[in-house]
Amino acid sequence: MSNITDLSLSELVSNIKNKKLSSHDVTSEYVKRSKKSKNLNTYIEETFEAALKKAKEFDSKPDLNKKLPGIPMAIKDLFCTKNVKTTASSKILNNFIPTYESTVTQNLWNDGAILLGKLNCDEFAMGSSNETSYFGNVISPIDKDLVPGGSSGGSASALAAKLTPATIGTDTGGSIRQPASFTGTVGLKPTYGSCSRYGIVAFASSLDQAGPMTRNVNDAALLLEVMSSFDNKDSTSVDFKRPMYSKDLSKDIKGKKIGIPKEYRVDGMSEEIEKLWEDGKNYLKDCGAEIIDVSLPHTKFALPTYYIVAPAEASSNLARYDGVKYGFRTEGNNLIDMYEKTRSAGFGDEVKRRIMIGTYVLSSGYYDAYYLKAQKVRRLIKNDFNNIFQKVDAILTPSTPSSAFKIGDKSNDPVSMYLNDIFTVPVNLAGLPGISIPAGLDKKGYPLGLQIIGKSFDEQNILNIAYSMEDKINFKFNLKEWWMND
Amino acid sequence: MTKDYLIERNGKKYEVVIGLEVHAQVLSESKLFSTSPTKFGSEPNTQVSLVDAAFPGMLPVINEFCIKQAIKTGIGLNAKINNKSIFDRKNYFYADLPQGYQISQYKDPIVGEGNVVVDLASGSKIIGIERLHLEQDAGKSIHDIDPKNTLVDLNRSGVALMEIVSKPDLRSPEEVNFYIKKLRSIMRYLGTCDGNMQEGSLRADVNVSVRKQGDDKYGTRCEIKNVNSIKFMQMAIEYEANRQVDILEEGGKIDQETRLFDTKKNVTRSMRSKEDAHDYRYFPDPDLLPLEFSDEYVENIKKEIPELPDQKKSRFIEKFNLSPYEANILVSDLDISKYFEAVIENSDVKLSSNWITGELFALLNEKNLEITESPISAKNLSKLINLIKDGTISGKIAKTVFEMMAEGDKNPIEIVKEKGLKQQSDPKELEKLIEKVINDNQDTVKEYKSGKEKLFGFFVGQAMKVSGGKANPQLVNEILKKKLK
Repeated sequence: MSNITDLSLSELVSNIKNKKLSSHDVTSEYVKRSKKSKNLNTYIEETFEAALKKAKEFDSKPDLNKKLPGIPMAIKDLFCTKNVKTTASSKILNNFIPTYESTVTQNLWNDGAILLGKLNCDEFAMGSSNETSYFGNVISPIDKDLVPGGSSGGSASALAAKLTPATIGTDTGGSIRQPASFTGTVGLKPTYGSCSRYGIVAFASSLDQAGPMTRNVNDAALLLEVMSSFDNKDSTSVDFKRPMYSKDLSKDIKGKKIGIPKEYRVDGMSEEIEKLWEDGKNYLKDCGAEIIDVSLPHTKFALPTYYIVAPAEASSNLARYDGVKYGFRTEGNNLIDMYEKTRSAGFGDEVKRRIMIGTYVLSSGYYDAYYLKAQKVRRLIKNDFNNIFQKVDAILTPSTPSSAFKIGDKSNDPVSMYLNDIFTVPVNLAGLPGISIPAGLDKKGYPLGLQIIGKSFDEQNILNIAYSMEDKINFKFNLKEWWMND
Repeated sequence: MTKDYLIERNGKKYEVVIGLEVHAQVLSESKLFSTSPTKFGSEPNTQVSLVDAAFPGMLPVINEFCIKQAIKTGIGLNAKINNKSIFDRKNYFYADLPQGYQISQYKDPIVGEGNVVVDLASGSKIIGIERLHLEQDAGKSIHDIDPKNTLVDLNRSGVALMEIVSKPDLRSPEEVNFYIKKLRSIMRYLGTCDGNMQEGSLRADVNVSVRKQGDDKYGTRCEIKNVNSIKFMQMAIEYEANRQVDILEEGGKIDQETRLFDTKKNVTRSMRSKEDAHDYRYFPDPDLLPLEFSDEYVENIKKEIPELPDQKKSRFIEKFNLSPYEANILVSDLDISKYFEAVIENSDVKLSSNWITGELFALLNEKNLEITESPISAKNLSKLINLIKDGTISGKIAKTVFEMMAEGDKNPIEIVKEKGLKQQSDPKELEKLIEKVINDNQDTVKEYKSGKEKLFGFFVGQAMKVSGGKANPQLVNEILKKKLK
């Protein structure tokens, strides 16, 4: 058998089910590798000892009917975990230990998974490079001066570096798909309402959605199957019949109509990305799909719309971090003084920037011009997709306009940072599912991803398309383990 | 018609224009967006869920019962029920507002325009309702326990409130009194708010402006925040209206501002000016879907609506021939109307009405009790009234019996039996008794017969005295008249 940490999630599951491996075998290998990989700065909180103990407990009475039997998993530190510190990578929550568990993580544990630790991310998931974390930036295993993307950068980095067999992230504007694309991994943002938001530290409520990040499409299907559930604790959770995504996974996409939106061919897009997209089309044709040119005319408004809606909601969602009830507090001379000192010291620059933008666009006198207008444009963007989906079954686009950039490259230029989300943001605004799969390497040898966007609650379809493309693409990345310590 | 409430200064008359924003706590076991209990008076911070305390990742889930309560109240206010309404976030920072925003309804409330009929001494007046919306109550900041720190109690945080906004149709403190009482009465009939002002279940922001009598433009208004008794509302209005008139008479102008009523000094004080007004940055709460329900849903709720005070009043007038005044008193409070209806089930209506609004109310007043705490049950009062009606005891004796009943809800039939208070109604017995009175007072008889007819009362009195008050006064009258001819 090859290295345990080289196995995919699905392979680990079948090995444990066949009793070729124990949960402890797997968990101890991941703990070992994670301990040697501190240079990547992926973990905020390690729960290795507890994980090993739980693995032993599992092995002593293994329930092999579970979908993730004794599988260790590190997760993004935006999910509240009972009795385990949950920080959202912010100083303002650096001492916060929830007494409750998020629905999505509870679903994982209910199906046999074991928590390995909490993974670094951008502060309150605000960022595209994992450089805004209070706990320092995350380094990509792809190359030592590369960002892993963000905001689920710790998740992507840990997954690509094989510190966890699979992981979960959250995606508000691309925070799963962009880092997946940067690290040569698979990332799926489900339809809004598929995975419960209960217990996930909120960034922008109408956009946030948890999703799987895995090494292959099959794993993504399996993990989504476990994560997704109707939850009456989240009023926006949708009660629909959830398919058995992994069981129903199929490479038969013959006759599927795939739209290629011309508006995604943005100015200054590199030839590499053009070629990647072209290759993607050919793979799909090889699989028997039909390629159709389509138009999503309001695409160019998506990014400005997103950067109004998301900060507006965030400015309100983050008001609860005021030093009164929990988390970090700086004492002040009076209530207002305490608020100002606490929030000045507790939030990082990017979070403050977005709170200020959000407060501004909701202010009286500006509300109509910004927030209300943005909501109207959001409706138009949704309508664009609805129209297209009368004609096609899915849409193929690049995941990002470029491969991963260098640490520090964009951290002082927010607008250029925001431009990274140009292909992912419309999907969140429309509430649709989107998956990024690794599709090639650029000249520098860095991974590039392709995104498949589907109709609402049609995850099975985009998973099937991704599954058949994955086969044709046959993506390989020779991971040199340069970061490892002995 | 009573006199209009006007403020006179230097020969000019000013009219006072008042609008109320009443905050009525919804009668409900649990909070508007969480399952925490709402019981008043619990230990601080014992009725607080993770949602109420705004922990990270916690989400609001609407309590359907509160929605039904708001719809019921809307129906009771003859108001338009909106099948689609939206919850918005009202953003501001305060220590007892854990989320940093209050979930409220801004542009699209659950209930639209309606009205309330207010019964004034001068007759009925219709007060317009602008809207009713649902919102979360805040917690409580307590400043006077710890010398250095403010303490926060979140028990009330997230409790459902109905904000009922009136049109500026009120014109005097008296109208405000009757309006609040009527509103409270309607909600108590509906079971949607207990209306308990001491416990803060009903409070109001009072908008006051003044204008010269005859003007059709409203003056600039001031809002007096969070007044929690009718008396304080009236005092605040009186003070505020006079303050505004004084300013205008001195050639000044009114600044639109928010004021507080100081209950120690009985004055209103400026809290913040319009310039300092909060920018609440309202926007639809993305954690909640628009609230939508069908006409059928509302129709089903309508079926649960009990008879309301106005309908009950009409019924009492028509069916029982009560005066509007009596009917008003009897329907104004749900418990009084219940008591009344229990008494008249087996007793004469007119006598019951008289006894309840007379003797019983006097007793309750004296002992400072609510009708639900009445020392005399409806059942026993009904028996007493029947004893009067069938002539077993006189009205006068009945008052004595009533007093005895008040000591532990005794059965009046037993009292009458025990104390031998049964009225003497046997004509033969009474004739004997009266003959004795006449014989004993021959001089007075002569005087009477010589024309001093006023003395008739003397003989009645003597007859009653001799009988120990038990003689049937009607019969005594009849017999005396015959004998003294």
